Amino acid sequence: MQKIFARPATLLDTGFHFCPGCHHGIVHRLLCEMLDHYGLRERAVGVPGVGCGVFLYDYIDIDVCEAPHGRATAVATGIKRVQPDHFVFTYQGDGDLGAIGTAEVIHAANRGENFTVIFVNNAVYGMTGGQMAPTTLLGQCTTTSPAGRDSRNDGYPLHLAELLAPLEGVAFAARVSLHTPAHVKKARRALQRAFETQLEKRGFSFLEFISACPTNWRLTPYQSVEHIEKNMLRAFPLGTYKDTGAPASAAAPEEEDTANAVL
Amino acid sequence: MAKRRMMRGSIALAEGAITAGCRYYFGYPITPQNEISEHLSSRLPEVGGVFLQAESEIASINMMLGAAAAGARAMTSSSGPGISLMQEGLSYMAGSELPGLVVNITRLGPGLGGIAACQGDYWQATRGGGHGDYRLIVLAPNSVQEMHDLAIRALHLADQYRNPAMILADAILGQMMEPVNLEPPLVEIPPKPWALTGARGRKAQLIKSLYLADGEMEKHNWKMYAKYQRLQEAEVMVEEDLEEQMDLLLVSFGSCSRMVNSAVALARSRGYRVGHIRPITLFPFPSREIREASRRVGKVLTVEMNTGQMWEDVRLAVHPGTLCRLLARPGGAIPAPKEIFEEIEKFVRAGDHFAENIC
Repeated sequence: MQKIFARPATLLDTGFHFCPGCHHGIVHRLLCEMLDHYGLRERAVGVPGVGCGVFLYDYIDIDVCEAPHGRATAVATGIKRVQPDHFVFTYQGDGDLGAIGTAEVIHAANRGENFTVIFVNNAVYGMTGGQMAPTTLLGQCTTTSPAGRDSRNDGYPLHLAELLAPLEGVAFAARVSLHTPAHVKKARRALQRAFETQLEKRGFSFLEFISACPTNWRLTPYQSVEHIEKNMLRAFPLGTYKDTGAPASAAAPEEEDTANAVL
Repeated sequence: MAKRRMMRGSIALAEGAITAGCRYYFGYPITPQNEISEHLSSRLPEVGGVFLQAESEIASINMMLGAAAAGARAMTSSSGPGISLMQEGLSYMAGSELPGLVVNITRLGPGLGGIAACQGDYWQATRGGGHGDYRLIVLAPNSVQEMHDLAIRALHLADQYRNPAMILADAILGQMMEPVNLEPPLVEIPPKPWALTGARGRKAQLIKSLYLADGEMEKHNWKMYAKYQRLQEAEVMVEEDLEEQMDLLLVSFGSCSRMVNSAVALARSRGYRVGHIRPITLFPFPSREIREASRRVGKVLTVEMNTGQMWEDVRLAVHPGTLCRLLARPGGAIPAPKEIFEEIEKFVRAGDHFAENIC
């Protein structure tokens, strides 16, 4: 009998603490599949930011360094400069990367630091209990935008993948989603491109995952998937915004996503 | 065989760091410490190291955190306002027990202040500065030779105790030139089995400062406290210039102590029996030495270029009943040897009423 599905070796055999319907667990799994695929366990260092993703070290069997809130890309810069042949990635949420850590990510990207940023965008501060994030949608109710995000007071959702892609140091920037199995497959391919970018030493790689936070969205897991489909993807278009390693034809924005129809 | 050269303080410090095996520098421009980064920007690549100008001091300290986590000897330098921005990273480094060297060539403060020499960052340096229950190892040179030697010492202590160390100096020490004996490179970096070098042939490792389980953080705080106690027992550095019989003891540190040295010489030439204690480590503070000396003399004059910061540590340290006075010049003013001498003369002759504080 052929085994077609198994836990990646790098993913520790333990239960996730994440809430039901949260997508962090999927990102963790995809990361571990890639670490296994490229045999990177023994030379990988992960740098989680502050947020629900900080417990990365409880689930992924590699060396891990905690970073202060927002500073993961600066910490990763130090680690990578000392060990340029190691595989280094950060794992950051939207508050960590898109608000308090904006300066650090822009400059790490602009220097072309040869590491990978895993950016989990669920449009809300999860760990602190559902406050408005830089990526919160207009009209979205949070604990600090109880009447809905109002651009006149709170500005607009920040588009990190689009913001970083034009920087010359960025070799790969893309946004994917995880709300259907087809999208998870696409996300896996994009993650592979991000890994390859670093392994080929082409510069900064950035992958944004649109992700659900049912607890703080006050939605069921299924409603959250619908919310992503109907609202999140409208505000945050999926696609590859830059891939310096792709053939010219493949670097164009992603084709109309038939996978969206799965729901 | 030591090489003797005429050098500027900032350059001597940078060369000391290289001698100690520091190969990674992360920093952001600020006066009056730019000579350190300018020098290292050409020197580090020569010795196979990395010089990286960061986008802010916040980034600098966190790059240093990362380099330290990867097992390297790393440093940054700045001045007051930049050091304030680094406090977050320093707290995380202390909590994560990561070594590293931070150099503070101080400015005036608070705020943007000015670039003249000042000792107003004593509290920030010795009280931790960032959040939480921690200490920095703080070394205060008073010569170009010590700028060099203490850079080496600070990097060694940081590694040995797994704690960030700070050199607290000022524009006088950074800018002045003096002859220096340069030691040949002596790189003895202790093994760092805790470093994040990839989980090859071992279990995955973690560097963190988050402790959520019940009682975990208290245990960690006591562990760090024990480390600070070991530092207090073993690593105090102090220069003592004492006499058998003394009428007065002076305490000063850093550039200020050079003026005090001159005042002490002047006072002795006029027949006053005075002693001088210069803390070289500000943490750990030479409390025992000050207590012993003050027990014999009864009168202690602290001289500082601030409104009286180290004075608090001196008053905590002195023998009970000691008469204490402070000669303070903040905001870039430098106490002249004659001014210090006049204070010595008054204090020695005066009765108890002249003391500002009886400890």
